Amino acid sequence: MTSSSEGSTKDQTPEESTAEVRAADVALDTAGGTLEPSIVPVSSQSGDTGHQQGSLMRRIVMGNGFVSVLAVIVALFLGGLLIASTDAQVAKTAGYLFARPSDFLTALWSAMTDSYVALFQGSVFSPREGFKPILETMTVATPLICAGLGVALAFRAGLFNIGAQGQIIISATLAAYVGFTWHLPFGLHLLLVIIMGVLGGAAWGAIVGILKARTGAHEVIVTIMLNYVALFLLDFLLNTSAFRRPGDNSPISPRLDESATYPVLIPGSRLHLGFLVAIALTYGVWWMLNRSTIGFEFRAVGANPIAARTAGVKVPRATILVMALAGALAAFGGVAQVAGTEKVLTGGVAAQIGFDSITVALLGRSTPWGTFFAGLLFGAFRAGAVQMQIQTGTPIDIVLVVQSLIVLFIAAPPLIRSIFRLESKKKKKNKTPKAAPEAALANATGGAK
Amino acid sequence: MKKPLRATLKRGSMAGVATVGAAALLLTGCGQAPDAGSGAATKSDFLGCIVSDSGGFDDQSFNQSSYEGLKKTETDLGIQTKSAESKANSDFETNLNGMVSAGCNLTITVGFLLGDATKAAAEKNTDKHFAIIDYAYETPIANVKPVVYDTAQAAYLAGYTAAATTKTGKVGTFGGIKIPTVTIFMDGFYDGVQAYNKAKGKSVQVVGWDKNTQDGSFTGDFEKQDTGKQVTINLLDQGADIVMPVAGPVGKGAGAALKEAKAAGKDVKLIWVDSDGYLTAPEYKDLMLTSVVKQMGEAVETVVKDDKDGKFSNTAYVGTLENDGVAIAPFHDLDSAVSAETKSELDALKADIVSGKLVVESKASPKK
Repeated sequence: MTSSSEGSTKDQTPEESTAEVRAADVALDTAGGTLEPSIVPVSSQSGDTGHQQGSLMRRIVMGNGFVSVLAVIVALFLGGLLIASTDAQVAKTAGYLFARPSDFLTALWSAMTDSYVALFQGSVFSPREGFKPILETMTVATPLICAGLGVALAFRAGLFNIGAQGQIIISATLAAYVGFTWHLPFGLHLLLVIIMGVLGGAAWGAIVGILKARTGAHEVIVTIMLNYVALFLLDFLLNTSAFRRPGDNSPISPRLDESATYPVLIPGSRLHLGFLVAIALTYGVWWMLNRSTIGFEFRAVGANPIAARTAGVKVPRATILVMALAGALAAFGGVAQVAGTEKVLTGGVAAQIGFDSITVALLGRSTPWGTFFAGLLFGAFRAGAVQMQIQTGTPIDIVLVVQSLIVLFIAAPPLIRSIFRLESKKKKKNKTPKAAPEAALANATGGAK
Repeated sequence: MKKPLRATLKRGSMAGVATVGAAALLLTGCGQAPDAGSGAATKSDFLGCIVSDSGGFDDQSFNQSSYEGLKKTETDLGIQTKSAESKANSDFETNLNGMVSAGCNLTITVGFLLGDATKAAAEKNTDKHFAIIDYAYETPIANVKPVVYDTAQAAYLAGYTAAATTKTGKVGTFGGIKIPTVTIFMDGFYDGVQAYNKAKGKSVQVVGWDKNTQDGSFTGDFEKQDTGKQVTINLLDQGADIVMPVAGPVGKGAGAALKEAKAAGKDVKLIWVDSDGYLTAPEYKDLMLTSVVKQMGEAVETVVKDDKDGKFSNTAYVGTLENDGVAIAPFHDLDSAVSAETKSELDALKADIVSGKLVVESKASPKK
């Protein structure tokens, strides 16, 4: 998609600039011929190579935080309209809309508010249960946050990690196996469960990093395929006697030992130690990205791999390492599933967490704390959806629609800006000779990989 | 039991439908306003609830039949109902707790995946009643009624019919996912064929399943009809002329493959499962030899009615040929394909199974 040159204030067409960029890439890659060319062809490296003012990925991944908030609001509003459209009372009153419009509007309003009130009561505070629902939100958010951190970390290094699902499955499988076959004392058992799960996830992620660094295989394709490998491997294992309950033919594992599970933090809720682990991980990732050399290297590779290489960063090593770490982070999500909430291994152990975590990372603008709060928001959606479904009969799928709309709006910041008339203000403020918004937009579409 | 990877894609379509629906309503919004205060029919305050597994209530399989059974009680018994779909296995516990707080008298859970969650909820709320479909506990729980089916009995009759009807001497079957509720059909079918061979000294072969090794053909999910079509073509290539798909909606893929084979001049037949395919998959009714029927909706209705009448018990409901919980459907259009001799033999076999003279065994059979 390099044809959107209208409105570009640059004096080159995008095609010309692409060709020039390639040449420049090669020159940079070899530092003008003094170095050996890198194993990975520059053209197959993903991520922003720094030539565009802002590639589409960069825009999606590191968009404006305010836009994220507005995207959530717009998505909630549209979701509300959808809820109303499936409501029987609304449908009935719409039948005589012009005879008595007030009925219709009342029904519309109550359908929307009832559902969202139930959503709120299921996720934050309900008069009956006090603040207990918010504990449920935290519980549901735990694996989302862990996996979201994995996705976000890879994003920051310029890698689209779609493989959180597979990494969760592998780690959950290993963690659960240790949890129900070995019988060890408290503390040690849980520690081994975590270590095995995390090693599994890290290995699953490292495979992607190695393939990318050594052969140039695109990480999106490799991660998607590894998701399937993990899923069907789990299906296969659940059909072997090693993973099944003795005397039962159903593909469901025995329960994990009590000593292998995260202790519950607050009695009467499901909130477990895994949530504190998630907070620690969030801080750890923040520290690594902002305070450590390796984190700086990751960010440098993500911002401009060629410049990073010139500056002495070993890009293949960083690629492998960042994917292994991403896998390890997602693996904590898998461990939280089997050792925290489910306590058994089934084919659906990863649910949609691996995919939701991509959304969470996007919504959190790939920053650790952004991901953390986005994870909490999604946790609230999921926890509240259960209550909404039971109280008001609203289909649980609506929540999925709202989540999808959020991504849609985050991916299209100009749409949100124009809805809220933010565009004109921004234009005046940011108008610099080299990057008019139109030019950035044209480049953004041109830079889509 | 849908694969999580693919669930998202399907869900999105609801939104579009809803939007179009809303638009249509707005366009036709010119009706008369009703008079205020139209009274609703008097209702019982018994609350019957249902929690699905991650397949959802539109799975064209046990979630859907159970849900429809419960919905029917709304009108038949005048009770109120609530339903909750689970999107993930971690939703089971919250959904069940939600149902308990909503004041459900009886909560029905669907599938073995909910076994642990149902047990936990039942033990915590001993004053509430629960029922679980397609799963039974090793040690019964005082307030949980298991609803299971000895499907092998009906599948046995279907296997016998297939063996007596085949022209090629080979019959085929395949499953969706290798779980007991699927393999029980295949075991019964296999044994039915062997029974025919023994009685008649024939050697009809089953392709796609071997009861002794417990291994065979599976499509890997309950969704992808084209995989079902491919597997069916493979079975036909191996010489089978009658195919029994045990894979929910994937069975339609088998139907499509058989329809093409029939158009190409082959004499092929289909055996449906769960419901009478002649009625539920009418596009293949000219291929439909018979169906192995599991009366799930009826069982749910019975359980709800019993509980409402104060007759709840935790003894398992086992659907058998005896209580018509499982059955084989009429031959409909293909009635002439089954000889009168076979029909009388089937009646005799059924009588033997009902009386206990003949025991159809499967590793997946519900434990008694």
